[in-house]
Amino acid sequence: MVRQSLQDKKSVYGAAPVQDPVSSHTLAMIVDNEPGVLARVIGLFSGRGYNIESLTVAETDHTSRQSRITLVCSGTVHVIEQIHHQLGRLVPVHKVSNLTLEGTHIERELALLKVVGKKDKRIEALRVADIFRARVVDSTLESFVFEITGTTEKVDAFVALMRPLGLIEISRTGVAAMSRGKEGVHNGE
Amino acid sequence: MATKNTSTKAQPKMQLVKTTPQVKAKTAKSKPVMVFDKKTLTGAEIVIQALVDNGVDTIFGYPGGAVLPIYDAIFQQKKVRHVLVRHEQAALHAAEGYARSTGKVGCALVTSGPGATNAVTGLTDALLDSIPVVCFSGQVPTFLIGTDAFQEADTTGITRQCTKQNYLVKDVKDLAKTVHEAFHVAKSGRPGPVVIDLPKDVQFAPGPYQSPEETDISRYQPRTMPDLSKIEAAVELIAGAKKPIFYTGGGVINAGPEAAKLLAEFVQMTGYPLTSTLMGLGAYPMSDTQHLGMLGMHGTFEANWAMHDCDVMINIGARFDDRVTGRLDAFSPHSTKIHIDIDPSSINKNVRVDLGIVADSAEALRAMIAVWKKRKYKANAPALKQWWAQIEKWRSVKCLSYKNSQTIIKPQYALERLQSALSKDKREVFISTEVGQHQMWAAQFLKFDQPNHWMTSGGLGTMGYGLPAAIGAQVAHPDALVVDVAGDASILMNIQELSTAVQHRLPVKVFILNNQWMGMVKQWQELLHGERYSNSYTESLPDFVKLAEAYGGVGLRAQTPDDLDRVIKEMMKTDRVTLVDICVDQKENCFPMIPSGKAHNEMILSPHAEKFDKTLV
Repeated sequence: MVRQSLQDKKSVYGAAPVQDPVSSHTLAMIVDNEPGVLARVIGLFSGRGYNIESLTVAETDHTSRQSRITLVCSGTVHVIEQIHHQLGRLVPVHKVSNLTLEGTHIERELALLKVVGKKDKRIEALRVADIFRARVVDSTLESFVFEITGTTEKVDAFVALMRPLGLIEISRTGVAAMSRGKEGVHNGE
Repeated sequence: MATKNTSTKAQPKMQLVKTTPQVKAKTAKSKPVMVFDKKTLTGAEIVIQALVDNGVDTIFGYPGGAVLPIYDAIFQQKKVRHVLVRHEQAALHAAEGYARSTGKVGCALVTSGPGATNAVTGLTDALLDSIPVVCFSGQVPTFLIGTDAFQEADTTGITRQCTKQNYLVKDVKDLAKTVHEAFHVAKSGRPGPVVIDLPKDVQFAPGPYQSPEETDISRYQPRTMPDLSKIEAAVELIAGAKKPIFYTGGGVINAGPEAAKLLAEFVQMTGYPLTSTLMGLGAYPMSDTQHLGMLGMHGTFEANWAMHDCDVMINIGARFDDRVTGRLDAFSPHSTKIHIDIDPSSINKNVRVDLGIVADSAEALRAMIAVWKKRKYKANAPALKQWWAQIEKWRSVKCLSYKNSQTIIKPQYALERLQSALSKDKREVFISTEVGQHQMWAAQFLKFDQPNHWMTSGGLGTMGYGLPAAIGAQVAHPDALVVDVAGDASILMNIQELSTAVQHRLPVKVFILNNQWMGMVKQWQELLHGERYSNSYTESLPDFVKLAEAYGGVGLRAQTPDDLDRVIKEMMKTDRVTLVDICVDQKENCFPMIPSGKAHNEMILSPHAEKFDKTLV
């Protein structure tokens, strides 16, 4: 600590602040689907040193050419609030909602898993998939491709179980999320 | 390549179009003026038409292959004046100087590749200081984008993080509305720079034109009106304060002259003290006793102590920059903080505040004045009297005092003499600066009583800003006296712009406080790095007098205090570009000073500087 303070005296800048606890938040935003909008969002994170855990983007309104970005990020409460405001001031961003703070919400992720194996492992993989309500979407005599939908935790658990059973490839969509109840992201301010 | 003037001695021709732009924040809604007498415009002509429709009369730029169609269009009209700079960075700074001295949007035009990359520093400067600028850059034709073509750079990619918004226009159909939106974005909300990248084939292509009125700009409508319940809560806090202080910044300047008027009204109504950031100087008259001077790292003793000891802080349009706050955990520890800012992301960014209000500062001030009057609030007179008594005690320290000399020019003395001469001059005075010790001294010793008359690179701290910014201000105010207070190191960063000033007959005055050092770097090395002066001494400075003459300007030099007044007088008298070399004390440092990692009440003053513990390093 003493060493640290001596270091700081040599700098043109002040001391680094003490860190508050970090938590994950899910943000949903409506943006204009125009070139560079994703780069602006991502650039904001890299430029200001924020963390992205998951990001999904797709056009949700083809007539008005608007996309929804669902973004899971981690940081202190202070940082998350900054992220929210920084995203909000980008010109192509119309609305930002912090779903984690604004009441309860649903999160879903879809994953495709390719599992290669024979005999017992193959049968076990099918059994586990059944328990998780994963669907078989492709099959050969030696492999399955499973499709699973659920929360990130559920997908993680399924992936963990499939590893010893011959999992060779995973493709995950990242989180899509929506608040519960009748309020939409479009409503309000 | 630009054609070089064959004779350097020849007097430059006066520009054909002489413009006297109005000092007006909002774009005038005049009758449509068609710049080109034809039905279908090319992309390049659309750009010019859109500039005129957005109230632009001057553009700063430098030609090159990818913008030749626009230069051709400029050649064929007289509505927009083009000021040829000598480096694209200067085009951006000149546009900033123009914008800051007029309240309008500044405009620049650069070519692709190196033109655009040279503009990056100016764009970043405008972003950090929230200056409205629209920069057009040429781009290789759309069919060559991505092929590493000659002078190709990913301009939108490179400038994405240093602009408020940027565009690559790939279809001439989108061009007019893009330009209109760019101007709207640049000046609305928290102002900032916008880049429009224009491929050459789009500049050639014929396309439809639509006016700003026909363009939908509804997608970007930042909030300007304050939440009234929060305003009421703020005024209640303000009225109940015993040790209040106004802490105002560039947001008040950006909100227009009206905001400055309202600020003065509210500050005088309450009788409270006010301190200003570097960016906010001039929003409230510095000659008024309620102004405590600038705050922050090199701010006044009284301003910083008042910030530290206050019980209610009213921040209007300032952003708690690290140069202002000092050590964050010891920043104004006992105050209730009110923060009014047009940018929601500025509130609670560096300092947690008790009451954040998102609003344009003029609107917020108007609302606060109305509430104050309606509820018939009165300041707590006995408490305020005590507070002012305390402030006067701090003031009596006379933190800006320095030991003058009969033989060597002290930089502070040079600025005092300059201020004395400026205050007697009848002309409107605009001051710009470069970055370093001279900049801080200028902020301490020159007096700004009006907004939009002080231009300095605050956020980015760009050496080389002052001369082009002065040029921009002089273009907008041909009859004004524009002085760039400079250092010997900074001025060399954009010295080539003397050529621009001479060509366009812009009689800017460059007032160099020459100590042969990068003064601020030297100061830090002296105080914090064991007096090891690594690379901060300029071994071979040019002879500034001869340099000025070589460019076709006037060169003057003051070597002793006795020379000063004569040289300043001569500088003020001449109507030519003038470079003044003031040979100042090499040892002088800038005080008072809050060392980094220290709080506002731990300032060091000039007489105590010797005692500063250098053994730490």
